[in-house]
Amino acid sequence: MMKFRRSMLFVPGANTAMVCNAFVYKPDTVMFDLEDSVALSEKDSARLMVYHALQHFTYKDIETAVRVNPLDSVFGHLDLQAVIRGGADIIRLPKTDTVDDVLDMQSAIEKIEKEIGRTKKTKLLAAIESAEGVVNAVQIARCSDRLMGIALGAEDYVRDLRTQRTKEGTELTAARAQILLAARAAKIQAFDSVFPDVRDKEGFIREVEHVRGLGFDGKSLVNPNQISILHDIYAPSEKEIDWAYEVVEAAAHAEKNGLGVVSLDGKMVDAPIIARAEFTLELAIASGLIGEEDE
Amino acid sequence: MINSAHAGTLESSDVYIQINPIEEDIVEIELHSSVAELYDDMIEELIRDTLKEMGVTGINVHVQDKGALDFVIKARLQAAVFRACGTVPSWEEQS
Amino acid sequence: MNKYKKIDKNVVIEKRDSKICESIEESIKRSGLKDGMTISFHHAFRGGDKVLNNVMKIIASMGFKDLCLASSSLASVHDEVIQYIRSGVVTQIYTSGLRSKLGEAISNGLMEKPVQVHSHGGRVHLLQSGELKIDVAFIGVPCIDKFGNATGSKGRSQCGSLGYAMSDAHYAKYVVMLSETLEPFPNTPASISQDQVDAIVMVDEVGDPSKIGEGATRMTTNPKELLLARRTARVIENSGLFKNGYSLQTGTGGSSLATTIFLAQMMEKKNIKASFGMGGITGTMVYMLKNNLIEKLIDVQSFDEFAAKSLGENPNHIEISANEYANPSSKGATIKQLDVVVLSALEIDVNFNVNVLTGSKGILRGASGGHCDTAAEAKLSIIVAPLTRGRIPTIRSRVHTIVTPGETVDVVVTDQGIAVHPRNVELKKRLKKAGLTIVDIKELHERAIKLCGQPKAIKHTDKVVAQIRYRDGSIIDEVYQLAH
Repeated sequence: MMKFRRSMLFVPGANTAMVCNAFVYKPDTVMFDLEDSVALSEKDSARLMVYHALQHFTYKDIETAVRVNPLDSVFGHLDLQAVIRGGADIIRLPKTDTVDDVLDMQSAIEKIEKEIGRTKKTKLLAAIESAEGVVNAVQIARCSDRLMGIALGAEDYVRDLRTQRTKEGTELTAARAQILLAARAAKIQAFDSVFPDVRDKEGFIREVEHVRGLGFDGKSLVNPNQISILHDIYAPSEKEIDWAYEVVEAAAHAEKNGLGVVSLDGKMVDAPIIARAEFTLELAIASGLIGEEDE
Repeated sequence: MINSAHAGTLESSDVYIQINPIEEDIVEIELHSSVAELYDDMIEELIRDTLKEMGVTGINVHVQDKGALDFVIKARLQAAVFRACGTVPSWEEQS
Repeated sequence: MNKYKKIDKNVVIEKRDSKICESIEESIKRSGLKDGMTISFHHAFRGGDKVLNNVMKIIASMGFKDLCLASSSLASVHDEVIQYIRSGVVTQIYTSGLRSKLGEAISNGLMEKPVQVHSHGGRVHLLQSGELKIDVAFIGVPCIDKFGNATGSKGRSQCGSLGYAMSDAHYAKYVVMLSETLEPFPNTPASISQDQVDAIVMVDEVGDPSKIGEGATRMTTNPKELLLARRTARVIENSGLFKNGYSLQTGTGGSSLATTIFLAQMMEKKNIKASFGMGGITGTMVYMLKNNLIEKLIDVQSFDEFAAKSLGENPNHIEISANEYANPSSKGATIKQLDVVVLSALEIDVNFNVNVLTGSKGILRGASGGHCDTAAEAKLSIIVAPLTRGRIPTIRSRVHTIVTPGETVDVVVTDQGIAVHPRNVELKKRLKKAGLTIVDIKELHERAIKLCGQPKAIKHTDKVVAQIRYRDGSIIDEVYQLAH
């Protein structure tokens, strides 16, 4: 089964209530933040909080990522020490401009993993937040087998471009296209930036529909209320689910009866179509539209 | 061996912990909790255990708890102790 | 039978206004109130009530003792009652709810006789069975005429339905109406009619309708409440009951209100119309009535100004008494026709018992209301609550106080899983198939305890401070005095 990462919920490491509750909302990935949302004076306390949260039973059945401070800051290595030991699944690199940024992070992670004897490789998610990063996206996406995806960080990117964010998102056109192409070419996932205005539900829906149409796997979120809205947009329609059931049943029927060819309504169904149907059913389960088991 | 320090907030689900060094080689705990009727003993035990783990005595711990879960209390207490010692956790030793 | 004797026709015009009293004191004197009697009040104004405190003050000043105070409920505004208990004016209480300082004081043993906590339906049952005999009812109403015809859907302090007062007026021996607006006779349609009214007093204020809902009728943005509401709406959608002509009761409070909004959206999308909506009526229900999503609203308590206004204007918005709403011994309680009810809880236990009365510290701070009435009669009763509130587990091994027995609960919806009562085998299958996460209620309990820790037992003495009367009048549970 493929890992869906439609919703990646940012959880400020200094916000106790959020840290204690985020798992309830079942985002595909919880992304604890030790970087921009945490004041300098609270970095140490937030780091400990996230370290303990990562090990708490409530986060055992949910994917966890942590956005750490840059390695060239005084906090970066300390963050990494804590959260790799805590058991984070993914490290989100802030401000990835070059391949070296990824490789530096990779070797820092490897060193800690070796120290503690962690065998499960920590994955990497590179956030691209500058013109340089966007230009280098193709190389960045291919540079490490730990990379599970690349993400657009729009706030810093538009500043770098000397423009600002709009509801239409025209200013992000080039970056979105480049990041998506780079990710797809490297066979990793692509994630869109946050939609910061939590009260603008219509604007959020428009943006999610847009990036889903472009091909993005998902999006970073800032508010739990955005999760179900986003999952609904990514969910297959009833018609698609019915079609998928038919295809999967036809495939099962063919296999049971030793038929070499799967056919549905007199038409041949090939492997990619079956894979597509299976994906649709998995997505329907992830969307909470159908049950996993039929008793 | 340590200074005074504090960590945490008074927000709901959080805990505010203030620690002060004292003369005697003991751990003094002053607990104010919104869930004291249900959990005061558990919280006190957690604080003692955590300090023991860290090898800290000779302190007074003032706790203002707003219904924090155990891991939050532990994180805040550790943060306060590290701040009081002016150090960061030595992760290498812990693993 | 006697033989007719000639009578003199003697119409005294002044007598036509004779129900009107100069003061509350005069009305009390006329009522023949004596020590040891029972007086009643109603709670249509909830936290905005201005009648109970005013009347009690005068009763106390007139030197009455040993009264039984039977209010259909008591809100936080009624903390003044404490002093009348201390001074011996009030020695017994019947109510649906107890809160705030009054609830705390009673939990600490303020009264000798235990408070009788009844449900809305159960109160009428007690009135009907004769256990509860109201000697004098004091009924605050927004407007009235000189003969006693009163309504809540007009007047400056329009409060909407007078459902609870209607049943009190029916059973009370003497009825004193307090009002702030005098309408010309006949003030019709009347909720409480002239033939039930003995005396009328005009006062400055009977209540503040803006405090009825106390903010509980606004749409929430709280993510947990929204999650609970979404999940509850999906349970209803997939229950097998969600079709044209179904009926629904939801309450106030964040998740309940949001559930109604999510349901309205689903009904619009699927072209489903409900036959009636019931309960504490809010603006959301009124919206559904106006937009043709509900045929009729059946209203025993209006929770906001929209509901109060609609009751006066819309012929499909109908006022009912507490007897017609929920009395188990009534010839026709509307809840006996109800499909789905959405209810809240302070605590739920592994046997599905529900506590809506005592808080985590064992203090009386809630109300029985229509909880056990609707749970027992609706085809599908859904209890909605977060698994934990801060560090306080909602799911317990045993609730501190049973108000609604687990046998009458069908589904418990929490933010960390849904539990279906084991008797509902079909329903469980349906919900699972629809992709909802169904877990054993014991698993929910274990999870709550794992999160919060096992709470210490609340210390109490063996003195009973409140008896919880089930709707049929039986004692379902008792609350003990807190020990310190």
